[in-house]
Amino acid sequence: MSATAATLELPVAGLDHDRRPGLARLTGVELRKMVDTRAGFWLQLFNLGLMIAFVVVALILADAQDRTFQDLMWVALWPASSLLPIVGVLLISSEWSQRTSLITFALVPRRTRVLAAKLGAALILSVVMLATALAIAAVGTAVAGPSVDGTWSLPPEMLGQAVVYMTTSFIMGLAFGAMFLASAPAIVLYSLLPGGWALLSTIPALEVPARWLDNAHTLTPMADHVLSGTEWARAGTTLALWVLLPAVIGAWRVIHDEV
Amino acid sequence: MIESQNLTKSFGGRTVVNDVSFRVEPGTVTGFLGANGAGKTTTLRMLSGLSEPDSGQAVVLGGRYRDLANPGRRVGILLDAAAQHDGRRGREALIVSAQMMGVDPRRVDGLLDLVGLDRSAARKRVRHYSLGMRQRLGLAHALLGDPQVLILDEPANGLDPPGMRWMRELLRDFADRGGSVLLSSHLLHEVEALADRLVIIDVGRIVAEGSRAELLAGAGTLVIAPDEAALRAALDASNLPARPARDGGFIVDAEQEDVGRAALAGGVVVSRIGPSGGSGLEQLFFDLTKPLEAIA
Repeated sequence: MSATAATLELPVAGLDHDRRPGLARLTGVELRKMVDTRAGFWLQLFNLGLMIAFVVVALILADAQDRTFQDLMWVALWPASSLLPIVGVLLISSEWSQRTSLITFALVPRRTRVLAAKLGAALILSVVMLATALAIAAVGTAVAGPSVDGTWSLPPEMLGQAVVYMTTSFIMGLAFGAMFLASAPAIVLYSLLPGGWALLSTIPALEVPARWLDNAHTLTPMADHVLSGTEWARAGTTLALWVLLPAVIGAWRVIHDEV
Repeated sequence: MIESQNLTKSFGGRTVVNDVSFRVEPGTVTGFLGANGAGKTTTLRMLSGLSEPDSGQAVVLGGRYRDLANPGRRVGILLDAAAQHDGRRGREALIVSAQMMGVDPRRVDGLLDLVGLDRSAARKRVRHYSLGMRQRLGLAHALLGDPQVLILDEPANGLDPPGMRWMRELLRDFADRGGSVLLSSHLLHEVEALADRLVIIDVGRIVAEGSRAELLAGAGTLVIAPDEAALRAALDASNLPARPARDGGFIVDAEQEDVGRAALAGGVVVSRIGPSGGSGLEQLFFDLTKPLEAIA
């Protein structure tokens, strides 16, 4: 009995009882949740390994003019932009499949705050991934880059496009995870989307809509050149359909679903 | 303090919780009893702000749960011990929540000791936990924020007898320090030794509520005599309704004194007379929570 009594009097220093946990604190928790499970940890490590491996392969196989700093950055971003959405899906869907949403929403009953924290964590991790890609690309360029003009050039517009590309693919994962509240259908649908469009655009009537809504076609130019106004319009349309719409549906579900 | 005010909730046209009202005062342990599917979990979920009632109000510490600024520091909740990420280590699961509610992470190790999860258990991933270990982790989680109120759904489920005894002591101690405890169970014996008050729910409605003594008072008097036939005749002669008790003798719906008078009037030697005791409470629980079709 006395052992019990003593332990209940453990120190509880920290946030006082009536201070709402801040968004920075909750964002930190969400970042932690991305790496503190077995799946999360290995996914991040796998991602890092792939980023390095892709750059190494590019250095070995690609022509000299395709081994500039900017090219290698996109090479490193390619696996990250494919895996980050899965991290995004899991960040929301695992709360349902593992039922930790019971704990999360009991501790933070205002679910919009949890969503905001997850979004914040996604943005931070995207930027961290971009910084990692820049570092890997820099090492690659220093080791085996060509000595041509513009080897090290990275126009701010391209860096901006890289930020948009990374953050939107992560947020798309979050949105799909929220829309389905289950990992498997969210990941499957997310992965089938580009192939699905490729199939649909063989139908002549769908060729024009595909030019505006097929994420493979509208977003990939970001890695190639500075987008024109029309290209931005197309990319924006695609993002509205595949990121904004699922995000709105997903947020509604997360807020209203019985956990 | 917890107050359920006329809580009502339907799912798909079926009323799962129907006008449920009760209070849990500070310093007391309230057992929330009912068969599986009686509406216990749904009620607890409404009290914890996880489910919106169709009507009625769930009041915790004077307000709505979701209006608490940092609810983890006020209310400890264990709704489902299985609701932990399988791939997370036990200690890490507590650290995440400690970080969320802003509790000193050093408290985590003390709580792991308290609930009897040693270092090697704390390092294991939750997928390797038995149900009993998950319950212990869940109780540590509920106590993490140094709360004043505990809401626990079937916390004894999966605990071995030493674990049950330990949990009883822990909750008794918590209540004795002024905390309010609401714990549910579908097994009477899990809570009857611990709870100051019992609330019994059946098919979404409260069917009995009161202290153990109050509920037992309604459960009748147990009387045993060497000559059962004579005792029966004496009880009948005094118009006292009686039914045979499970282990001999009769359970009489009357005060002990009246039963004694009836025996005296009939000149019957009585070997034992007293409250019907635990077996009576058990009978009451079974009678009250009996499925409808069994009564019909």
